[in-house]
Amino acid sequence: MIGVAGAICLLGSGRIMGVSGIVGGLVDGTGRRTAAERLVFIAALIVAPAAAASLTGGAATHLTTNLAQIAAAGLLVGLGTRIARGCTSGHGVCGISRLSLRGIVATLVYILAGGVTVAAMRALGVF
Amino acid sequence: MLRLSIAALAGAIFGLGLLVSGMTDTTKVRGWLDVFGDWDPTLAFVMGGAMLPMAVAWRVAAARRAARLTAFDGGDLPGPAPRGIDTPLVAGSVLFGAGWGLAGLCPGPALASLGFGGATGLLFAAAMLAGMVLARYVNLSANRTAGA
Repeated sequence: MIGVAGAICLLGSGRIMGVSGIVGGLVDGTGRRTAAERLVFIAALIVAPAAAASLTGGAATHLTTNLAQIAAAGLLVGLGTRIARGCTSGHGVCGISRLSLRGIVATLVYILAGGVTVAAMRALGVF
Repeated sequence: MLRLSIAALAGAIFGLGLLVSGMTDTTKVRGWLDVFGDWDPTLAFVMGGAMLPMAVAWRVAAARRAARLTAFDGGDLPGPAPRGIDTPLVAGSVLFGAGWGLAGLCPGPALASLGFGGATGLLFAAAMLAGMVLARYVNLSANRTAGA
C-alpha cells in the first residue's frame, strides 16, 4: 500500500512522496505554491488511519511516556530529515526504488544510526 | 481539483499502509532498528515491498518523461535523481536515525498515528516541527537551496 501510494503521487502528479519534504516545505515556506496539495495529503495521512483505528477498536503506537525522550527524538527527526533532505519514505522507499545513491546511502546511515542508538539506550538502561 | 484528489488518495492509502504494516508501532520499529541486538527483520519486508510498485512507477515515469509526456494531472515528472553524497546527507541521516531509534517514529508514521497516538504523539509531532524550523538555521550549504 505504501508503494502504491508513492506510485500514485509519482505518476498522478509527478511528486516524490517524501514526508519530511512535504511537511518541511510548508514549514520553511518553499512549498507555499503547492500548499493546498501538501495540506490535503497530510490531512488524509492523518484521517484515514485514525478512522481505521477507531473502526477496528483502536491502534497503539506504544510510544514511550518519557516526555524528554519524546521531545529529543522529535527534534532529532525534524532537524535530521531536513538537513538530509529526506526520510524513510523519501530517501528509503522513493530513493532506493530508483537506485538513487543518495537514497541508498542515507538509508544505510539512518538505519545504522538507529541501531547504534537502540543499542546505546539498552546499555544505558533507558530501554 | 484532480491534483488535490490525487493527494488525498495517496495520503489515505499511505496512512493506511503505515498502520497496517506496523510502522506506527514503535515496539515493532525498535525491533527493526535493533540491528546490533535482537533484530526483528519484519519491517524490512515492508520497506522492500513498498519499493516494488515504486520501482515500476519510476520506470513508467522515466519512459513517459522521455516521450515528453506529463504525469496524469499534467504535472512535470521528476528528472534524474541528484547525485553526490554530501555532508548534510550523512550528518542529517545520523541525526534522523538517532531520533528514530530513540522514539521509534519517523515523519510519516508520526502523522499517521496522530489520530490515535494520544498527547504523547502530539508532543512528538510538535517537537518534529520544531526540529524542522531549527534546521533552517543550521548553516549547511544544502539547506540554502530552495527545496523540492
